[in-house]
Amino acid sequence: MVEPEWARLMTFPHITTSRWEIEDAHTLDRYLETEGYKALTKALTMTPAQVHEEVKKASLLGRGGAGFPAGVKWGFLPENVWPRYLVVNGDESEPGTYKDRILLERDPHQLIEGCLIACYALGLSQCFLYVRGEMAHGQERIANALNEAYEAGYVGKNILGTEFSVDIILHWGAGAYIVGEETALIESLEGNRGMPRLKPPFFPASIGLYGKPTIVNNVETLSNVPWIVLHGGEEFSKIGSEQSTGTRIFAVSGHVNNPGVFEVEFGTTTFRDLIMGDEYGQGIRNGNQMKAFIPGGASAPWFFEEHLDVSLEKSTVDQAGSMLGSGAIVVMDETTDIVRACHNVVRFFSRESCGKCAPCREGTNWLEKILRRIIDGNGRKDDLDLLLDVCDNISPGITWPPKQTTICPLGPSAVSPISSAIKRYRSEFEAYVTLPQTGTSVGIQGGTS
Amino acid sequence: MSETMHSQDLINFTLNGEEVSAANGDNLIDACEKAGVEIPRFCYHKRMNSVGMCRMCIVEVDTGRGPALQPSCMLTVSEGMAVNTESETTKKAQDGVLEFLLLNHPLDCPICDKGGECPLQDQTIAFGPGETRFVEEKRHFEKPISINENVYLDRERCILCDRCTRFADEVVGDPLIHFIDRGNATQVNTFPDDPFASYFSGNVVQICPVGALTAKPYRFKARPWDLEEIESTYPNPLGDRITIQSSRDQVLRFQGLDKESVNWGWLTDKDRFSFQAFQSEYRVQEPLVRGGGLNRPDRNGLGLVASSWSNVLTMATDAIKQTVPDRIAVIGGSRLTNESQYSWTKLAKGIIGTDHVDASLGDELPPQAILGLPKTTVNEVCSAGNTVILIAPDLKEEYGTLYIRLRHAALENDVKIIELSPTETGLSNVAAITLHPRPGEIAKVVHSLLTGEGPVEIGGIPKELILQAHELVKDRDLKVVYGKQSIAESDQPIIEALSLLKRNPNSKFLPLVRRGNAMGAIQMGMAPGLLPGQVTLAEGSEAFNDIWPNLPNKQGMGTEEILQSAADGMIDVLFILGADPLSDFYDPELVEKALTTVKSVISVDLFVNASAYHADIFFPASAFIEVNGSHTNIEGRITPIRKKVTSPGTTRPDWMIAAEIANRLDHDLRIEKPEDVWGELSPRSISHANVSMDSIGATPEGQLLESTDVIELEEIEEISDTRPFDSYSLRLVLAKRMYDRGTVTQMSPSLKEFTGTSQLHINPTDFKAMGIQNGKPVLVTAGDRNLTVLVIPDKRIPRSIAFGYLNQTGEDLRTLLIKGADSIDIRIDPTSRVG
Repeated sequence: MVEPEWARLMTFPHITTSRWEIEDAHTLDRYLETEGYKALTKALTMTPAQVHEEVKKASLLGRGGAGFPAGVKWGFLPENVWPRYLVVNGDESEPGTYKDRILLERDPHQLIEGCLIACYALGLSQCFLYVRGEMAHGQERIANALNEAYEAGYVGKNILGTEFSVDIILHWGAGAYIVGEETALIESLEGNRGMPRLKPPFFPASIGLYGKPTIVNNVETLSNVPWIVLHGGEEFSKIGSEQSTGTRIFAVSGHVNNPGVFEVEFGTTTFRDLIMGDEYGQGIRNGNQMKAFIPGGASAPWFFEEHLDVSLEKSTVDQAGSMLGSGAIVVMDETTDIVRACHNVVRFFSRESCGKCAPCREGTNWLEKILRRIIDGNGRKDDLDLLLDVCDNISPGITWPPKQTTICPLGPSAVSPISSAIKRYRSEFEAYVTLPQTGTSVGIQGGTS
Repeated sequence: MSETMHSQDLINFTLNGEEVSAANGDNLIDACEKAGVEIPRFCYHKRMNSVGMCRMCIVEVDTGRGPALQPSCMLTVSEGMAVNTESETTKKAQDGVLEFLLLNHPLDCPICDKGGECPLQDQTIAFGPGETRFVEEKRHFEKPISINENVYLDRERCILCDRCTRFADEVVGDPLIHFIDRGNATQVNTFPDDPFASYFSGNVVQICPVGALTAKPYRFKARPWDLEEIESTYPNPLGDRITIQSSRDQVLRFQGLDKESVNWGWLTDKDRFSFQAFQSEYRVQEPLVRGGGLNRPDRNGLGLVASSWSNVLTMATDAIKQTVPDRIAVIGGSRLTNESQYSWTKLAKGIIGTDHVDASLGDELPPQAILGLPKTTVNEVCSAGNTVILIAPDLKEEYGTLYIRLRHAALENDVKIIELSPTETGLSNVAAITLHPRPGEIAKVVHSLLTGEGPVEIGGIPKELILQAHELVKDRDLKVVYGKQSIAESDQPIIEALSLLKRNPNSKFLPLVRRGNAMGAIQMGMAPGLLPGQVTLAEGSEAFNDIWPNLPNKQGMGTEEILQSAADGMIDVLFILGADPLSDFYDPELVEKALTTVKSVISVDLFVNASAYHADIFFPASAFIEVNGSHTNIEGRITPIRKKVTSPGTTRPDWMIAAEIANRLDHDLRIEKPEDVWGELSPRSISHANVSMDSIGATPEGQLLESTDVIELEEIEEISDTRPFDSYSLRLVLAKRMYDRGTVTQMSPSLKEFTGTSQLHINPTDFKAMGIQNGKPVLVTAGDRNLTVLVIPDKRIPRSIAFGYLNQTGEDLRTLLIKGADSIDIRIDPTSRVG
């Protein structure tokens, strides 16, 4: 294995991205050469409970957005209820997030191995791998990898000659962001419209896919599992910080010199390292000043310059009033029109609202229309209060973590950019509604209607 | 009994600071309502699963972790829960949701049919903000689009509550409307080129919480505040509870009425839109007599001409007086109210003195099979965990609301339905198992089903399948829902099957009768050898002798025999009470001959139907919307029928016509109003002992009749042998469809187009094997009878079966029936094509 230049600089092991620089790491041959399926072989010598215990010891936090410990989640499955399912959430569609896509493209076998180990630990024999519809390359890679794995006996009946059998079923999404929400994903898998279910009563661990207990895990979460089994949960928990163990893949984009996906150690790295560090984002373009950045996907409240030294750790980011979420960092420099940026994000949520519950369906669309009107020069002074009041009706109190009148967090997600932007840059909004405007609409393509 | 009574233990919770109690397991929104606090809602409907979509019912709930906003329709009330429906937070959230719902809702209330009875309008007034902050353009869609022949959808008004779509999918299993697109562009619509072709589509109009769904027959006819309404019963076999709504003495709408026990507020379109028929211009409003030009009565006239009541009454009584009781007969009576049925039975049996009275038209099971089995109710059949044996025609076609109830029971109440039906039906996909016994061989199948014994193949069903079903029924107390499945098989096999099922003393039975108030007719003695109150003529005579002076002493004839004697010239006066034997009886040639042979055919009806066309005297009767009285449903439940509008022209209630005839025969029927019937009957009938007009209306559930044990289904020793099946033939099944050429359907402009054309359905494999050319009628023979008819492939039909719907346009499939046969085998000759 050739150690890439940038990786030698690091002081922690690569857990999920170790094979990314190898051109053919997606093939079974190369995967086997790089310790592939060793973890599975090892797991099969352990009892399922022991494997589960290792994952618990690792304190592996879910990498999808909410950051819930995977080992604890696995423990929610009711005993002696079969069938039960594992569903892999590969419907990564949060703007700015593209880590799962690379994982699927560059190291699909690692994910498959993770799935198999999880199935073994949880005593289940069917796993559904849901991949976002737009990830054509990733779909091709995972499908090929799965075929290879079936052929080689890693997946299917009597895996590696044991009694353990698992089928992995691939399912391509049809292009709805909301399906990244686990209950909507389950609906979509069942062939229904991708609309979230209500919790309660539909907690997937008790009533999930086809009404059966279901564990829904993110692609990156499961990609960590082979390493944990191979090296032990304790070893894993030594990496990172006490609250957030291991490493995390971040996607850095926006106005940085070197956008990309980087695996970093939890806790010891800060936003400043990621955005400004030479091995990562390499600073703001053109030497500009930073205006704001989104720390964890479009749903997260924005951070500003003073947050740059917050460490990349779930608890500290939560305390600072936002979230690491899906691991997408989007940087905005001083040239950014904050109102337009805000509109851009809100428009995304408005378009992606599934339409199931009224506050999200109507509210996000209304917010988008008000912002559009403001940008078009037809804003009124009381529009700012109106924006905040509509936000309040979607997410009462506009607090963090958000409360919601909606079924799922998509509605409140549209509140984050507005409340962040108005709090910090109210004057820019006011400038739009007080300054005489030319009244001409400027180029945001295709407004919603 | 019903699903609301799962568990009666109470729990306590706090509602707006006060301690209240609720039934354990209750939905919070219901628990609050029972405690007197109405939480606003749009998507929640107690007869469907909660979806929590509109968010209107969001309230602050504290279950120990601090107050949080939660949709009350999705929460089960629990001990110690603190609910605040009046807090600032709750109010703000609800106001917010209402504002959201109104954003894109057009304010066209002044021209909206729902205005005045619109939950959105009402709640906006009660809870909502006074003005809008939305200055943008509202969402636009093409104004109402037709989603089927009777229902319009205005997507601009729709608030996407999922009620209609849930109804279509969950309640009736016709998922033909759905959400399409997403987010703010979400709309309800049908699939392209595929209308909302559901027998139950009118219900979505009734449950729509805004004016998005409107029914064509009611559109722009009235404003809700101009409507008067009265609770009544639709006289179909289920006795569906309805409200009749009228304005200016015109019925404009039937709405389903949600009482616990019967139809839960649902109605079939056939019943819902049939109000048009009763106000049709074709209603006969004056008495008619056979006659010719210038309205002159003429026995040999070609048509019916207008006459007067005194004239027709004189003619009718003269005809009666000129003959002997034994040559007088009465057919029909299922359309009538209980009270009218009693009056007519009393006239025929007690005053005229003939026992040739039969309300059935040859397609009902005999009275001992209907009365002689331990009874159950719809609620009892549908109770959680039951095992139901279903030996019935397709409930979706004939008993729409029972179909809905059983479907719900199977899907939501863990009721296992073991369906025995010659073809697939609407319930097959929710039944635990469906067996297709070959027509005529059901008794053998039931025997194997109950015992688990039999050869490798029983009645066309492989033994493994029967054994699977046997596992479901063995050691279970069974609820049997049964009725005649096809008029092409004799009653014997089903009677034998019932007799086998009756051997388990805990089995209970729910009989299905074919039309209207047929159950009332049997209860009121409108069958040969019966008297009112489920007693035989022999045993009941004593009780009735004092007021029924001329009771005959021997049992009379049933419909088939009456028609046969009439055709043979043995009947002089034949009453046809609201029936059309020419269209419904299995041998139309016999009916035709009877009607042309009898000296005086006296028809009592609303319309001149095919049979009444042969009448010599026609008495125009009142419809059920124009009379007071009561109805008996298949459970034996008596519910009120109430007058809402004036009877048109000089039409009269049926009982009054009987009283008038009695009067002219120098007898006092002693019935001057419907109540008088109960005054006579309750002291004389055990089963009606506690029934009075007041008691019927006293509870919303009506009154269940007590059973007497006088009439019992006879035990059988052994089941009959069945004819060997010849594998070159197809066995014939003839059943009813919801829409046929029946008078009420034909007289309702909204329904009449739904009648289909006669054709035979066969399995696609048989169809292919025979080499039938698509779309070409072929020759079909049964014994010496033949018919040229279209044959089509239909995957609901098992191999070796030919299935047809009766009374459709075109060829008369009854031509293929052979009198007295247990079952009928037909052959199709694909080579002899016509046209």
